[in-house]
Amino acid sequence: MDLNTITEYRRETNAEAVQNWQSGYSWLAGGTWLFSEPQPEIHTLIDIESFAWPSLTVSSKGLEIGATCKIAELEAFIAPPEWKAAPLFRECCRSLLASFKIWNEATVGGNVCMSLPAGAMISLTAALEGVCTLWPRNGTPREVSVVDFVTDNHANVLRPGELLRSIFLPESALRKTYAFRRFSLTKEGRSSVLLIGTRCPESGSIIITVTAATKRPVQLKFTTHPTAEALKQALDTAIPEDLYFDDFHGTPPHRRHLTCHFAQEIRQELSAQ
Amino acid sequence: MNLTINGKPTVAEPRAGQCLRTFLRDQSWFGPKKGCDAGDCGACTVWMDGKPVHSCLFPAVRAANREVTTIEGLACDGELHPMQKQFLGAQGFQCGFCTAGMIMTSATFNETDKKELPRLLKGNLCRCTGYHAIEDAINGVQHVVEDCHGKSAGLSLGNPLAQSIITGQARYTADYSVEGMLHLKVLRSPHAHARIKSINRDKALLIPGVHSIYTWEDVPRRLFTTATHDDYHVDPDDTYILDNVVRFVGQRIAAVVAETEGAAEQACRLLEVEYEVLPAVFDPEAAMLEGAPVLHQGKNATSRIGNPKRNILREIHGENGSVDKGFRESAVIYEGSFETHRQQHAQLETHISITSLDEAGRLHVRTSTQTPSLTKAKLAYLFELYPDNIHLYTERVGGGFGAKQEMLSEDLCTLATLATGRPVKWEFTRTEEYIGAVTRHPFSMRVKLGAKADGTLTAMYMRVVCNTGAYGNHGGEVMGHSLNESFALYRCANKKADAFSVYTNSVPAGAFRGYGITQTSFAMESAMDELAWKLGMSPVEFRRKNMIRPGDTLLSIWGGPSDLEIGSYGLEECLDKTDAALSSGRGKTKPEGDEWLEGRGIAMSMLDCGPPTEHRSEARLDLTATGEYKLAIGSAEFGNGTITVHRQIAATVLGCGVDRISIINADTDKAPYDSGTFASTGTLVGGGAVLAAVTVLKNQLVTLASRYTGIPVESCELTREGVDCNGTLLPLSELLDKATADGQKLNAVRRAYAAPRSVSFNVQGFRIAVHRITGEIQILQSVHAADAGTVMNPMQCAGQVEGGVAQGIGWTLMEQMVMNEQGEITNPTFRNNRIPSFADIPRTEVIFADTYDRVGPLGAKPMSESPVNPIAPALANALANATGVRFASLPFTPPRIFEQLLNAKKP
Ligand code: FES
Ligand code: FES
Repeated sequence: MDLNTITEYRRETNAEAVQNWQSGYSWLAGGTWLFSEPQPEIHTLIDIESFAWPSLTVSSKGLEIGATCKIAELEAFIAPPEWKAAPLFRECCRSLLASFKIWNEATVGGNVCMSLPAGAMISLTAALEGVCTLWPRNGTPREVSVVDFVTDNHANVLRPGELLRSIFLPESALRKTYAFRRFSLTKEGRSSVLLIGTRCPESGSIIITVTAATKRPVQLKFTTHPTAEALKQALDTAIPEDLYFDDFHGTPPHRRHLTCHFAQEIRQELSAQ
Repeated sequence: MNLTINGKPTVAEPRAGQCLRTFLRDQSWFGPKKGCDAGDCGACTVWMDGKPVHSCLFPAVRAANREVTTIEGLACDGELHPMQKQFLGAQGFQCGFCTAGMIMTSATFNETDKKELPRLLKGNLCRCTGYHAIEDAINGVQHVVEDCHGKSAGLSLGNPLAQSIITGQARYTADYSVEGMLHLKVLRSPHAHARIKSINRDKALLIPGVHSIYTWEDVPRRLFTTATHDDYHVDPDDTYILDNVVRFVGQRIAAVVAETEGAAEQACRLLEVEYEVLPAVFDPEAAMLEGAPVLHQGKNATSRIGNPKRNILREIHGENGSVDKGFRESAVIYEGSFETHRQQHAQLETHISITSLDEAGRLHVRTSTQTPSLTKAKLAYLFELYPDNIHLYTERVGGGFGAKQEMLSEDLCTLATLATGRPVKWEFTRTEEYIGAVTRHPFSMRVKLGAKADGTLTAMYMRVVCNTGAYGNHGGEVMGHSLNESFALYRCANKKADAFSVYTNSVPAGAFRGYGITQTSFAMESAMDELAWKLGMSPVEFRRKNMIRPGDTLLSIWGGPSDLEIGSYGLEECLDKTDAALSSGRGKTKPEGDEWLEGRGIAMSMLDCGPPTEHRSEARLDLTATGEYKLAIGSAEFGNGTITVHRQIAATVLGCGVDRISIINADTDKAPYDSGTFASTGTLVGGGAVLAAVTVLKNQLVTLASRYTGIPVESCELTREGVDCNGTLLPLSELLDKATADGQKLNAVRRAYAAPRSVSFNVQGFRIAVHRITGEIQILQSVHAADAGTVMNPMQCAGQVEGGVAQGIGWTLMEQMVMNEQGEITNPTFRNNRIPSFADIPRTEVIFADTYDRVGPLGAKPMSESPVNPIAPALANALANATGVRFASLPFTPPRIFEQLLNAKKP
């Protein structure tokens, strides 16, 4: 929609050009969320597409996803064959409520910075042990894991003007086998619950990442394959009742029920691998 | 900036925060539509350098030096894109508002993509079609057939505006620009109930571009109702254009007109309103109690409010026979409570009006309405205008479903135009549709049924409480209607109802497809199943035993005589065929695994063909010098297919093809008075007027031809080219010349009324799978049998059925307007209140009963409104059959299913 309060659009070639960050400024990545709601607090858009950050950089250490990487690019990415977890890219892109047309503009970084519980790029990068590189306005870059980046519904650790530069997925995580479960109240709707389990082929350690069901991502780590009871207890401890998210796409009791159900299914599926 | 739009180099400067959609429209490319302006509906889809994007989310500044294609640019050198042709061939639309986006999306699909439509079309919402016709269009299925002269009725002919719809040329209300237009925006109430103490406009008036601000002190202090009916007495006069008391969150408080939308919005934010907050009541039962906050204090019988002190708009108590006696005679009694919830119409085109004055001082109202004549009359009343000084018209309307049987935007635009002399436009946002338009009435119902051991119904009783919200609108009529057909569908000597339509401090309810029957049908048809199970009978057998039969008097809870009759009877055929289809093994099989339960359910419904109150249409027909027929009729077309049917009726009688019939409709200057298109009247009343007028003209033509040729009338036949007088053709042009020379006029005018009225029938069957653990429902099979009398246009009629089924599924399984404790609707967007997308809707097998109605034109009965009515109870019955648990409160979302199954398991 028209954002009628915006009076200025700036296109800079790099982040340093933006000094004296003010309230009322907003970075503009894909714009697909920004333009979907009135933004009366914002008066200036600063385009970061022009920073020309590389989208996807593969190295022996893993995959670096530039924050401005389009969802469509990630969905179409062809990973090295030994990255057993790579099909999750597509699974997670398809878990977005947004249609494929929106993927042509929406960015991975934008989805993570929105920090909605159903943000499927959060599900993906949290499950694959992603680490965010943040660029504060004045200061040195810092790193924070995706799981810790999101702090609540629509809330994260970014300070005013701070940029998410990229997300790094370590090669060790990309090589893991995985199990994926998702539920939404309508077919192809917004996720109500999204769980991803990964298993390290060498050590057999298991990580289960709960998103959508909870206000922020919750990660359970098991060095060895957990029993059903151990998993249940771990979930109960890690996710207190009030951490389950309540919105139009799910209720806390149902989300809790499905989280437990899917977590057990994932446990079984991973044990069979 | 420079860019290319549809191959045309363009230089234009967008505003800093402008989206591409409005920027393109500023350049007069009106193809991209606004369904939501938020990325959810896809109506705005365009291509950016060949890739589809939602133009409402695309910053216009980023289009610099790029190539944009809209629907208008899709055809190449006058040759339609194959996808456009396919949409034409399958008529993959009804109102056509979603079509530009559908085509711009699906034109990018390759063959593999076409196998993944549920996923790839999730960003394209259509509220009309139920997606079946869209799927067929994308797959290149041809539905439209060739016309046949004099035999058009019964053929699947295309919509006369189809070409303009698929090329993006069809003009909806917003697709229009006029010099010097002001934009209107309103400030809406944050309180559910408050008195306005003061409104300070000083800061708002300082915003550059703000022209005027209107509050309750600036409007005519005349009470009216936003609902439109031919007889306005049936609805209560309880509303002011702007009021100093607000009765729901979202009620309009002040209107700002400004040179830009942005300035108007900013001024709204700067208005300073001082409120005296009053206690509010949201529950209709509580609202009726002594001591509850009173919404319409001081209004009285002149407002036609039944009991304002108890917040009761109207109450109805009626009985036929004696239910006490009936229950005494019964062997088995079922009693249960049922609840239905709010639903937004979500027609894809939001409410919108554009008003202007011409040099002569005449008011022109370009608007999106189902009732042009009635809206004009209402404006004349409110602003004390001479009716002839108002011209009100629609061009193309992007869906209605009842939402536009209501005057919601025309009044403020008129106020501002009359005050400023300038053209004024007001376009609702999608959010305003949710918080400030109307909804389906929430009902709570208590049903009690009794039957003898052999299954004979002995008594039917229902207590109904309807929540009309803050204003009465259609509240009384919806309630009255809701008590009629749901009862009359069954033979039973003893029927009784007590019903209350109650004011609460919530968003007003209004007319919505089904008009109350949808709600009572849910309760009654669910209860019938329960009673059948209690009797140990199958629900189908039980219905067969008790449903009305040809020749029966249609009897509800009222004693007096009625103008209703069973003009044709296809109910039994519908029931049999639905039942047989469910047993046929067609449809999908249940998914693997014992966590999936399977069940089947049936429900039936009946709908009166037309409202019980006054309703009239007039058709005017002229033979033009070119030998074509010009038909003028006031009824509105908003995707319901009325004009297609009217042309078919005319061509059939006149012995020509539909291409010979041009139609002018929904324009108070060019077409006669008409009560409008609602209450299933498009075919019955409008079509009746058309049939009467064409019959007169035909007789006139034949009689004159006989006179001029000396051939007896019996040997003269009207054909496409002229009158065939026993083998010799008298061309129409020659006949016209002769008649003109004779001083004869070749035209006809006829009126039709909604009396007597027949009834149509619908039976829905579902086979579903329910996941015990997640609460997910999968529809394995959907069958709908409809008794529409003569099916005038099978393709179009099936489309109406599919659309109604989809809307019913949306209401039953997913849509949910959430209101918080302050009375605020907290999910006023498509994103958070999901209406069905392609993936949510199964293909429905549509079956038509073979009947011919003795009341309707050429044997036809209406079939646009009614298919929604049996959907919720059929799903509820299937769900009960699968789980053994009766779900009595809508909607059936997975969390609610899960919760109730869990509770049922507990001892
Ligand atoms: S108007 Fe753009 S997606 Fe609805
Ligand atoms: S035809 Fe799709 S919204 Fe009307």
